[in-house]
Amino acid sequence: MHPAPSVILFTTLSGLGFGLLFFLGLGYPGSTGWVAFVFFALAYLLAVGGLMASTFHLGHPERALKAFTQWRSSWLSREAWCAVGALVVMGLVGLGRVFFDTHWMALGMIGAVLSVATVLTTSMIYTQLKTVPRWNTPITPMLFLSYSAAGGALLAGQIDWARILLCIVAALQLAWWIAGERALERSGTSLATATGLGPIGTPRAFEPPHTGSNYLTREMVFVVARSHAKLLRLVAVLFAFAIPLVILTMTFNHTLAGVAVISHIAGVLISRWLFFAEAEHVVGLYYGQR
Amino acid sequence: MTLLPEKTDRKLGLVIDLDTCVGCHACVISCKGWNTENYGAPLSDQDPYGADPTGTFLNRVHSYEVQPEEGAAQLIHFPKSCLHCEDAPCVTVCPTGASYKRAEDGIVLVNEADCIGCGLCAWACPYGAREMDSAEKVMKKCTLCVDRIYNENLPEEDREPACVRTCPAGARHFGDFADPSSNVSKLTAERGGMDLMPEQGTKPVNKYLPPRPKDTLEMKVSGAPPLLTPIAEEPKGFLGWLDRTLGQIDGNKTGGR
Ligand code: SF4
Ligand code: SF4
Ligand code: SF4
Repeated sequence: MHPAPSVILFTTLSGLGFGLLFFLGLGYPGSTGWVAFVFFALAYLLAVGGLMASTFHLGHPERALKAFTQWRSSWLSREAWCAVGALVVMGLVGLGRVFFDTHWMALGMIGAVLSVATVLTTSMIYTQLKTVPRWNTPITPMLFLSYSAAGGALLAGQIDWARILLCIVAALQLAWWIAGERALERSGTSLATATGLGPIGTPRAFEPPHTGSNYLTREMVFVVARSHAKLLRLVAVLFAFAIPLVILTMTFNHTLAGVAVISHIAGVLISRWLFFAEAEHVVGLYYGQR
Repeated sequence: MTLLPEKTDRKLGLVIDLDTCVGCHACVISCKGWNTENYGAPLSDQDPYGADPTGTFLNRVHSYEVQPEEGAAQLIHFPKSCLHCEDAPCVTVCPTGASYKRAEDGIVLVNEADCIGCGLCAWACPYGAREMDSAEKVMKKCTLCVDRIYNENLPEEDREPACVRTCPAGARHFGDFADPSSNVSKLTAERGGMDLMPEQGTKPVNKYLPPRPKDTLEMKVSGAPPLLTPIAEEPKGFLGWLDRTLGQIDGNKTGGR
């Protein structure tokens, strides 16, 4: 799949933002006043910034409100509802914390649940696609949720949680990469089934329908060199998990914490780029690509 | 409404005959012509006369080589347009309700006024049957020429899809798969019509007829004289020795066959 910067930014930033909102909803940290304001502002900047980025890849963003209508069948529509719900509820929680010096626990809980639901629905948009075997696994939602929680814990300054969660994401990320290696083969889809010509012999793409590119090849047929992918995975692990974990074992200070957060975000961005770039869409088979 | 209808009264679709398609791309052109001038946004081209031309098409013809275990490879032309799937994943993913499957005849359509151009439906289609138009920024797909098949302003013989009407080889057939006595149902039954990517679970309505086995040279054609047997034989003796020796030098056998 084409790794579009708007979608990579959206899933990364809003994942972090809703992860932070989750912890704020639960009351970690339970700070009020100006400190709370800074935390909430950061969470909204990330979550809303991510959502804004996602509208850049829409052909007709002015019709975006229509995306709220099909929640009964569409994960994208459900995501829209959850995101707005989480932002409204957590906005109220933030109001209480900044101006009234109180944490409305029940409301905070609802906001936390909606924040998780937003990340879950985002991940389901990808997970549901049988056409992209690498994404079509239960590990995908676990991966998105744990990335979001780990990033949220890091931003919320919940060091103990961040340590545990970073280890969990690292394990899930490795599992996801390993499962992905054979995902296309396991899906059973090949040029033989795509053309139905398998019973006659071994099909090979001989001549494409057109000499140039088209929407399909630009959007869904993207091939990364395996050696590049391996290297990038290593870099992602280093930045997203290794560096932050090492920093978290040192004595806390704000500069170091900042480095850990920035390193983590950079790692997540690389991992998200790979999430798209490495994913094969079965339509590529028709064009002789795997 | 992006929930799929539980069942459709009719199942309109195409049978595509991989045995008779000659790969002329006439259906590609007639499809583009009709659908640029009629239903919905025109199918735009970008840089059509430049170095990197690209554009929107609802029907495209691939060509595949198939190598059987024994014998010569076969070249197969492979037209591909929307298969109007019964379990259309492109419909259920759509957040706006722009994509829908009609309960009356099973045609899968896009209401372009509602489409936000998110592209998710094209991701969900395993067959590459949906293309976002770069000029209009809305999703385009085969309409099964819904504006021809019911169009009483057209002469009766034109009330079928443009691609079917135009195919010079008669490789595309249009009809109702819900009716077991229709031309398409009969063709599917007689010729072993098949689904593309059945494992994707989309239950495509369109069926593909596999290529029939090719004639072999040994086969006698009734009424025709028997095929001649080659008269040149494997050289023996000195000639045979010369043949083998020369064969070792240039890697080919001379003489004989
Ligand atoms: S072929 Fe693709 S676009 Fe057409 S109905 Fe099936 S999934 Fe949808
Ligand atoms: S591109 Fe249009 S038709 Fe396709 S899923 Fe998005 S809104 Fe629906
Ligand atoms: S049925 Fe009409 S829209 Fe569909 S491929 Fe044929 S000509 Fe194109």
